[in-house]
Amino acid sequence: MKIFKFCILLVFLFNFNAVKASDDNLVIKITKNLRCLICQGQSVHDSDSEFANSLKIVVQNKINEGMMEDEIYNFLKTKYGEWILYEPELTKKTYILWLLPILLFLIGGAIIFKNLKIRNN
Amino acid sequence: MKTKIIFISLITFFVILFLIFYVGLKNTNIYTPKSNLNNKIPSFQAKIFDSEVYESSDEIFSNNSFYLLNIWSSWCIPCRDEHDFLIKLKKNKNIELIGLNYKDKKKNAKNFLSELNNPYKKILLDENGSISIEWGAYGVPESFLIHKKKVIKKIIGPINEISFLEIEKLLK
Repeated sequence: MKIFKFCILLVFLFNFNAVKASDDNLVIKITKNLRCLICQGQSVHDSDSEFANSLKIVVQNKINEGMMEDEIYNFLKTKYGEWILYEPELTKKTYILWLLPILLFLIGGAIIFKNLKIRNN
Repeated sequence: MKTKIIFISLITFFVILFLIFYVGLKNTNIYTPKSNLNNKIPSFQAKIFDSEVYESSDEIFSNNSFYLLNIWSSWCIPCRDEHDFLIKLKKNKNIELIGLNYKDKKKNAKNFLSELNNPYKKILLDENGSISIEWGAYGVPESFLIHKKKVIKKIIGPINEISFLEIEKLLK
């Protein structure tokens, strides 16, 4: 019986650690995608400014409250604007930003393909 | 003909690139968040300075009158610069000043107020900076003019003569 109880305790402890680790990973993931408004050019994760440290606590609190990653981004977007996110959303303003690399890749591919075809002929 | 077209397109490309970089260099690259005016005040609970009492935002901003929420700290030098304006604002009966003491030591905050006088009707504690983030603030000092539970003006940095007059005008 003692061994059984010990096993249950071990399982509980290991699972608890896993939950904690996944929460920590999520905090790191989110804060790496947030721009620090004080040390502009650094992510909130990398920055040690007062603002960044407070934001790390807020992100952790929001996760504890049960908020999802997207909900946390939306919350911060309403407070500081979309600029706080390193990964901008696909909107009218960001069409070129998102689509230009794909377009350039396709054009480049088409040129290479055409040249190869000419060479083979 | 073909080389001419390539030459002209290259020149056009570099001229456009130059213009983009030239305009980009002239623009400031320091981002200031847009003031989300007419937004409802955030919902939060805060500890009252020098007590064990907690109050909710609904209790703090219960009236439909004007409030000025001022984020301050004893270690913040610009907070000293704006303090005279806060003392002047305190004399106006149409407004209540609420202080949000940001990441400060109690003893230092008390010394700061005894040295420069206390303009606040109520002081809230923000020990880890999370309440300031609920307000969309990112530094000290910052001030929010509130009317009917909505932010009608946001001042980033210390209150100066211009912003003081603007507040006075809005209070009339």
